[in-house]
Amino acid sequence: MSKERIQISEALYDIMPSDYQDLVKSATYGKEDRGWKDIGTSKELIEQHSLCAGCPESMAFRYILASLPNPEDTVMVGSTGCTSLVFPMVAVHNIHSLFGNQNAIASGLKRALSVRFPDRVKDVVVLAGDGATVDIGLDMTLQAWFRQEKFTTICFDNELYANTGGQESGLMQKGFVAKMAPVGKLFDKVRLPEIARESGCHYVVNCTVSKPSLVEKVIRNAVHIAREIGPTYLQLYTPCILEIGKNSMEGLQEMRDSEKPAERFAYKEYISEPAKQLLTELAAKDKERKAAAKQLAAQAQAN
Amino acid sequence: MAEIKSVIGTQNKKGQTYTDAWKLLNEAPRTPSFFTGSEVIKEAIRRASCDVMIAYPITPQSEAAALIGELFAEGYVGDYFRGESEFAVMSQCAGAAFGGARVFTTTAGPGTMRAMENFPMWAGARLPIQMIVTCRGINSPLSIQPDTLEIAYLLNTGMLVWHAETAQDFFDWILKGYMVSEEPDVHLPLALCCDGFFVTHTKDVVNLTPADMCLPPYDPYRSPVPCMDMECPPVRMMRDPFVMKSNYISYATHASWQQEIWAAVERSRKHSIHWLNGLIDTENTDADIMIVSSGTAVSQGREAIRMLEDEGVRCGLVKVKTLRPWPEEEIREATKNAKHIFVPEFNVTGWLAKEIRATIPNPHRVHAGPHVCGGMTMPPEIIVSEIKTALGMKTLSLAGRGS
Repeated sequence: MSKERIQISEALYDIMPSDYQDLVKSATYGKEDRGWKDIGTSKELIEQHSLCAGCPESMAFRYILASLPNPEDTVMVGSTGCTSLVFPMVAVHNIHSLFGNQNAIASGLKRALSVRFPDRVKDVVVLAGDGATVDIGLDMTLQAWFRQEKFTTICFDNELYANTGGQESGLMQKGFVAKMAPVGKLFDKVRLPEIARESGCHYVVNCTVSKPSLVEKVIRNAVHIAREIGPTYLQLYTPCILEIGKNSMEGLQEMRDSEKPAERFAYKEYISEPAKQLLTELAAKDKERKAAAKQLAAQAQAN
Repeated sequence: MAEIKSVIGTQNKKGQTYTDAWKLLNEAPRTPSFFTGSEVIKEAIRRASCDVMIAYPITPQSEAAALIGELFAEGYVGDYFRGESEFAVMSQCAGAAFGGARVFTTTAGPGTMRAMENFPMWAGARLPIQMIVTCRGINSPLSIQPDTLEIAYLLNTGMLVWHAETAQDFFDWILKGYMVSEEPDVHLPLALCCDGFFVTHTKDVVNLTPADMCLPPYDPYRSPVPCMDMECPPVRMMRDPFVMKSNYISYATHASWQQEIWAAVERSRKHSIHWLNGLIDTENTDADIMIVSSGTAVSQGREAIRMLEDEGVRCGLVKVKTLRPWPEEEIREATKNAKHIFVPEFNVTGWLAKEIRATIPNPHRVHAGPHVCGGMTMPPEIIVSEIKTALGMKTLSLAGRGS
């Protein structure tokens, strides 16, 4: 899809939903340099949300959607949980089928889109919580990576089953007392970023969403690498402030505290050799494009 | 608006000609071929213009799934891969169908059960995936033998459920199945069942359509729900998810949608009648005694009727082709003269007899049986014996008969 395909017939303009009018008038569709800084100045893919006040997941959602390099042709796959409360309000096609099967759904989806549109770029992005990604769906998460499926998997890691009221999950810290972990969790936080690297992911990042520029960079890298080379994985800390006993204003600080060098969400990045080469090429092209645009602008001014 | 061109008469990349489905199945020349049921599945898929097939091994469907892999290697199927489990495979099929592909898969017995959560999701999402179910035992202790108990679990998923008797049924119904399930007013998945081994692993003469003709491709934009490919402009679907608005709205939304799925099953009735030439086949419907059955039990029933005729007992037959949609009116009409209705089944619970009892007046006429289970064969003699015993006729036990 391109921006040209979402023109509204003038005769029908006034009866179209306002969201749709806004999408056509002010969306960042077709804009190559779109990013998180467009939030607030341009109509975004999500405007309102039904998550709790101050929820870090809602921040992550906005940054991710603002950073997708090709939202016009991106399909997202979600899973049961708080993400499924937001997806109905997101203006990209999105699929919620069952709990934990998101990487299997994405595998079929990406292949179908490749068969149907062999000469077009259609990006697939999975976005699910830690219960869906690392517990019930772990087999399908890993097998998609083993098969080198060309899509990005994003895990909103809040270290528990938040949507059902705070039960123990595989990504919970050892010793954390939770529902279903009455004497504290007995085993370590599953090291999925390392497993992802060993399972064939070409780009793996473990971080919080406290810095929008960083989120923008890793999202763009992950989608570009998945498109060209193979699977990519982002594990983003989006604490459930409700379930860890924080107030609405404390989510950001919780993330900042958790990303200190000795903490479990200190920034970690792995890039495979082919992915490094691709990023270098993309950066060079980007530089070239921006220089040409600058030159064009200067010429226009001179004339 | 872009001009819409028909692909009928044009060729695909394998040189097959896209042919009007009715002409392909009813007018094209047929060649008799001696094939196993699994090989027949392959031949049907060769002509089905399938975009994606996803496989997982489980006896007795493994051979069919592997043979379709050969078709992919030859270039007849757009994509093919082995999933990690039946649950994953059915999820992968869903993803491919969400993306607008014509999708095919196969499973059997415990695999059907492992994948079960997907089937109401397929139906609810209006995904016209076709799944061959080569039935086998599902219970512990482990069995790989044919047993149709798993069909009972599929009946309430919202899928169309058809039960093939022969390899010829299989060939025709795979192709016809896509034509019914892809209709815009249906758009539901189809479980095309057969009795494993009896159909999949035996050879039969099957009349095949020409290999250089194939079905027209699937058009995902005829779907009653949006295809998830970002080709149709998306909007935010709602301000809040149903459950966040109110429980009442959530109940009402989901209840109306569930009713819509079952309405779509009903709407498939007219298309199924058109393509299958009726939901049932009948013989001797004026007889006092009727055998009503589905799958290979129909073949055993036919042989039992021949044996009974030798003894002067006249008996009729109803072959139930579609279990969903359920041919309620047809069965009522076909059995209206019957004083005794026998329902031979390859399962222990007699789910078909229960369906029939719930359908017809004077259900005491239904004799639920004979049943064989655990994969046993059903000699026609035990159907004869069941009927003669019910009629008060003298019958020899199989052991006493000395054969």
